Amino acid sequence: MIEMPVPNQQVIAKQARLAAALRAIVPPEQVIDTAEQLKAYECDGLNAYRQPPMLVVLPDTTEQVAKIVRLCNAEGAPIIPRGSGTSLAGGALPTADSVVLGMARMKSVMDVDYANRTIRVQTGITNLAVTGAVQPDGFFYAPDPSSQLACAIGGNIAMNSGGAHCLKYGVTTNNLLGVTMVMPDGEVLEFGGEHLDPGGYDFLSLICGSEGQLGICTEATLKILPVAEGARPMLFGFETNEVAGEAVAAIIRAGLQPVALEFMDKPAITVSENFAKAGYPLDVEALLIVEVEGSDAEIDEQLTRIEAVVAPFNPSTVKRSGNDIESAKIWAGRKAAFGAIGQLADYICLDGCVPLSQLPDVLKQTAELADKYDLKVANVFHAGDGNLHPLIMYEANDPDSARRAEELGADLLRLCVEKDGCLTGEHGVGIEKRELMLTQFNERELRQQMAIKDVFDPSWMLNPAKVFPLSLSEPHMKEIAAG
Amino acid sequence: MTVLTPDTEEAIAQIVRAAHEGDGPLELCGGGTRRGLGRPVQAASTLSLAGLNGVTLYEPGELTLVAQAGMSISALTDLLDGENQQLTFEPCDMRALLGTSGEPTIGGAIATGASGPRRLRMGAGRDAVLGVRYVNGQGDVLRAGGRVMKNVTGYDIPKLMCGAYGTLGVLTEISLKVMPKSEVVRTLALPGLSDVGAIDALSTALRMPCDVSAAAHLPASVSKELGFADAVTLLRIEGFETQADYRIQTLRDGLSMFGELTPVESDPWVAIRDAMFFAGDDRAVWRVSMKASEAARYVAVLRDQMDVEAFYDWGGGLIWLACDQGNDAAEPIIRGVLAEYGGHATLVRANETIRAAVPVFEPEPTSIAHLSAGLKAKFDPAGILNPGRMRA
Ligand SMILES: Cc1cc2nc3c(=O)[nH]c(=O)nc-3n(C[C@H](O)[C@H](O)[C@H](O)COP(=O)(O)OP(=O)(O)OC[C@H]3O[C@@H](n4cnc5c(N)ncnc54)[C@H](O)[C@@H]3O)c2cc1C
Repeated sequence: MIEMPVPNQQVIAKQARLAAALRAIVPPEQVIDTAEQLKAYECDGLNAYRQPPMLVVLPDTTEQVAKIVRLCNAEGAPIIPRGSGTSLAGGALPTADSVVLGMARMKSVMDVDYANRTIRVQTGITNLAVTGAVQPDGFFYAPDPSSQLACAIGGNIAMNSGGAHCLKYGVTTNNLLGVTMVMPDGEVLEFGGEHLDPGGYDFLSLICGSEGQLGICTEATLKILPVAEGARPMLFGFETNEVAGEAVAAIIRAGLQPVALEFMDKPAITVSENFAKAGYPLDVEALLIVEVEGSDAEIDEQLTRIEAVVAPFNPSTVKRSGNDIESAKIWAGRKAAFGAIGQLADYICLDGCVPLSQLPDVLKQTAELADKYDLKVANVFHAGDGNLHPLIMYEANDPDSARRAEELGADLLRLCVEKDGCLTGEHGVGIEKRELMLTQFNERELRQQMAIKDVFDPSWMLNPAKVFPLSLSEPHMKEIAAG
Repeated sequence: MTVLTPDTEEAIAQIVRAAHEGDGPLELCGGGTRRGLGRPVQAASTLSLAGLNGVTLYEPGELTLVAQAGMSISALTDLLDGENQQLTFEPCDMRALLGTSGEPTIGGAIATGASGPRRLRMGAGRDAVLGVRYVNGQGDVLRAGGRVMKNVTGYDIPKLMCGAYGTLGVLTEISLKVMPKSEVVRTLALPGLSDVGAIDALSTALRMPCDVSAAAHLPASVSKELGFADAVTLLRIEGFETQADYRIQTLRDGLSMFGELTPVESDPWVAIRDAMFFAGDDRAVWRVSMKASEAARYVAVLRDQMDVEAFYDWGGGLIWLACDQGNDAAEPIIRGVLAEYGGHATLVRANETIRAAVPVFEPEPTSIAHLSAGLKAKFDPAGILNPGRMRA
């Protein structure tokens, strides 16, 4: 079990007064203080952990955010920034003494600039709505987390989120040009803008991926790109995970630049096929979905080349999409995978990343560890960049099963680190991997990171119990409090 | 001036520790080719990274290269060449422009945030860096990031180190994402456009799904150095043969209102990357990063007020300017006018007196300057790493 800090009763005692003060900042109904309504904010996508906050406030403007932050800071109430609450790492999990600052109302598109290929939005807007705003004009926003229908740009920035198409277009940090950020003391600062590169230190790089610990992003300038003329995937089936892993490396090495390269193992194939009837072969151990973009002729040539590169690995299934209907079918199983598994069991979705050459071995050891803990694991992941997503299936109502799932998860993440990889490729540390940070970094390395938070948030008001092991952050915060 | 050339990371850490404990400031140096960038550093000792020049790991199938900071870009390029791969960010070589000699190193390129024409499509050094090993100002050897393609484990210190000019740590090892070389690389030109027309044409090209990998405009005064008769607007297309042909046809159709897009035989991109047009003279050189669509208007306003030569890269998002050094390299006009548009100007070349007197990097608003100073103090509490290189 992951521990959370003991809530500060002195802060909780101020609940009524704080609620009243917040209602002077935003319309009264945008402050939530009843137990029943607070429950809606008790967890994010890591729903094994739940704790309603003391209060929730839903501002409309940057000025309101600034006033809220100033108030909470003065009253010593920790702030939990929240986008859409889809974090899989517990990044938006509240504590009982905290104020959740929800960005859901701040979702307007402020400016679209096609000449410079940028869009300016409020950060509560969903990822998909950004693309939606520019799609009629032939543009899109590239990072595409599977949760894109729900997740907010503010959450994407905080987690530096990725998605299937990041292989070609990069993750959030590569597509972010500027932010308006409310600092923990309530000051509103601008970082970046419509230009490339910073004029001094690269603050945007720190802000992106800072998990809501350095400031509240209220507006952002994002790159938008022209939509490719077309895109079509191809499906390969393999007799072993190992061979599929080798085929991935061969495609990357050949310089074929697919836009997406997704991997599914046997358990994932079986569950998805039963659910989505995508026509996946059931007699293979691993599937690869490789997508390329361009004109029709370009697509055909690229797929032909990919087929040739993969041929020596003797794929037992080779299916090339010839049109949109066939493309949708190939993607249907992959897109349904998480949902399908969710119907069968509760699951924990891990997010370690390993070098491509380690994929086969890591998959093998994953299966062995799953056996050891007597749990089922399905693998559906972004293979092109080695970003694994083992889905550990368990029984949430059974404490023993939940404990085993958590232990297996920790073992698998340790394995990723051992293989020269990392704990998290795109979901973030949150509370979930907080204590494991000491397997990837030593204490000095983590203290250097914590020193960055000290610069931005000297009193550790923002999302304090996240990212860093409590064994380091709690004594540090005590020192700060003692002055 | 003592020059220290340790050949292990631990030896570097010891030197930094001693500096921290009282030996005094260090000027960090790779190949020394970018030494004229930034403000002059006052330090009794130079810490050279030249002794740390090995490859730690190269996995072509993973597009991953881990190199020690002192490895020369040329050695690194040779290594990548052997596997038909290349750096993603096309780092500029400053030797001609700054009149320096020596071998540019990967550490120097990363620390100075160098990039080139491909910045537009593939990003800068910051976008290629996967991880670093560094020695902070207290002499601790630290790691950040890693060597895998995606990594959100902790704050992104590797990117922070890019463009920090060695003021936050001594980079000792850098992990990079590299990329395959394209089968064909073609350059196309539109002749005779005004600056305004050219920026418009580049923007139009970049709005088409053709994966343009570089987009520049050279006004006549500059383009003649490459043998063009008139101003020239340049686009680079990469891919395999049929793909490149198709993209070029698409661009030709889409840009027909700007003129006839014609192939260029010799490669202009190295000259553009390295701002060769301004090499070998005595003028001050500025690099301005701004919203591309306003670039030509900005330069027009400058031209009304001073004598200035300009060319554009990144579709207009990057402007290189050359003007008389005078007393202040025309800083009040260059930054004064820019303030109306947003963006930033860096003084790339000027004599030491000017670089000590005029802010080389765009002055920061008070609160952001406070954050910069805060970071510096946390990474280098005694202020011994390249003191004064970025800010007075
Ligand atoms: C089914 C499913 C699929 C997913 N697929 C992917 C995927 O493919 N790729 C991927 O990367 N992730 C994926 N995720 C994880 C998740 O969607 C991302 O982390 C997402 O970016 C979170 O956005 P959110 O708006 O829901 O943020 P929240 O969950 O509300 O918050 C996430 C973090 O951001 C902080 N935060 C939120 N808004 C702000 C702000 N305005 N300013 C400062 N800090 C803020 C919070 O404090 C918290 O630490 C998936 C999640 C689910 C449930």
